[in-house]
Amino acid sequence: MVTLDPAAVRHIGKLARLRLTDEEVEKFAPELTSILQYIDKLSEVNTENVAPTSQLTGLENVFRSDVLRGEDTSSDELLQTSPLPIIDHQIASPPAHG
Amino acid sequence: MDASGKFVLPLSGIPYLAKDVFCEKGVPTTACSNLLRDKDYLPPFDSTTTKRLKAAGAISFGKANTDEFTMGASTETSCFGVTHNPWDTDRVAGGSSGGSAAAVSADECLFALGTDTGGSIRQPASFCSCTGIKVSYGRTSRFGVMSMASSLDTIGTLAKTVEDAALILQVIAGQDPLDGTTSPAPVSDYSAALLKPVKGMKVGLPKEYFIEGMNPEVEKAVREAAKVYESLGATIVDVSMPHTKYAIATYYVIVPSEVSSNMSRYDGIRYGHTVSHPENLLDYYERVRSEGFGPEVKRRIMIGTYALSAGYYDAYYRKAQKVRTLVKQDFEEAFENVDVLLSPVAPTPAFKIGAHTGDPLQMYLEDVFTCPINLSGMCGLAIPCGFSSENLPIGMQLIGPQFREDLLFQFGHAFQKETDWHGRKPGL
Repeated sequence: MVTLDPAAVRHIGKLARLRLTDEEVEKFAPELTSILQYIDKLSEVNTENVAPTSQLTGLENVFRSDVLRGEDTSSDELLQTSPLPIIDHQIASPPAHG
Repeated sequence: MDASGKFVLPLSGIPYLAKDVFCEKGVPTTACSNLLRDKDYLPPFDSTTTKRLKAAGAISFGKANTDEFTMGASTETSCFGVTHNPWDTDRVAGGSSGGSAAAVSADECLFALGTDTGGSIRQPASFCSCTGIKVSYGRTSRFGVMSMASSLDTIGTLAKTVEDAALILQVIAGQDPLDGTTSPAPVSDYSAALLKPVKGMKVGLPKEYFIEGMNPEVEKAVREAAKVYESLGATIVDVSMPHTKYAIATYYVIVPSEVSSNMSRYDGIRYGHTVSHPENLLDYYERVRSEGFGPEVKRRIMIGTYALSAGYYDAYYRKAQKVRTLVKQDFEEAFENVDVLLSPVAPTPAFKIGAHTGDPLQMYLEDVFTCPINLSGMCGLAIPCGFSSENLPIGMQLIGPQFREDLLFQFGHAFQKETDWHGRKPGL
């Protein structure tokens, strides 16, 4: 049976770009463990020779031409939703290496 | 309405509410999350669904409450607070489209848009005594609607009657070049479907949807509904769908996995919450997301991150996709013998606010009769079929083959012509 201890929860949080408080780690460890243990039920099912289902419509390779529609919105309108400063039509994000 | 006072469009002047995940240009859309509420997100474009409704004359006049990013079954995870059930305000309205269901039930609008990934239209419809249509995957466009789990998300409506739901779906259904997963299959004439009799047709009762531990009043109401169909000349057939018991486990691998991917866009760069004086980009991401997301969103992101991480992918995600195939095959086999399936929507009527707080797994089990339909891509219609001894609404679910919403409307309307459950109003 899978068990997630607080260190594992903290590691998953890091992978998911979530900074968890100590209280959150203590709360999530047993909650996530019980969810994963419930999911373990799937191991009862014999799936030998069963193909996975990744989509339901049967549509494959839906293409469209790569042309700018420009009818719904504009790049400047899209930039306006950013909470960060806009300089020369670009979002000024924090430095990747600070 | 045109200048001469004529109602020229199919939904001229009809007021509706959109669940708070449908983008409408310039209208605050927050997914009821602090991540977007902080700097009210004003979408610079319209969702295809709201655009089609506007073109059909319908009037959007507000946003309806939802669980945060549609993650929940009770509308308790909304950053704006819980939606109360109009039939008993100590109880939840269901979720995640709980705001939409409560508003329709309380006559605050004529219909409301919802999304259904595992039961989020049907379960609140059942809890609040509305009619709710969950379409086949690919029948309606997801463009401009905030995603939860992209291989399961569907757009539909909550309405007062089957007839209304049919008229609304007629407007919003169909292929959309902006959503590559919408189907080119032609959209049926749903109004014509309403007029067809059910005589001589077959209704299947899946035995796995009548389980030990479910509320006996719910079971009784649904079995009574089957008798209504019998009286109309339909045949009731018992069917078995053996993989039903694995649907929730399958669903709670696939959904969090897709959630962890979809939620990665909320990083505080293009929209949403922000923090000041970050040390660097990583510090910024972590602080924005930790402050912005609520606990259920964090739980799902972490389960998904774990399930998709190196070494676990085959055991979780791949395995779940294979079991998904078996769940889907159950439906395909059932529909070789029956026209539609009939089941409860949820095992119980609306539960008390706070009843499942602190037990996320219990909340997940709410989707036991609804999520198999999403996993298989079939369509489902929730309609009122009775009340409990505590005067709480009970809903039944009609399930149809992929892209056969017309059959659901045919059966649903036939039922509503014979019964008056859908006409009852909460004593607000």
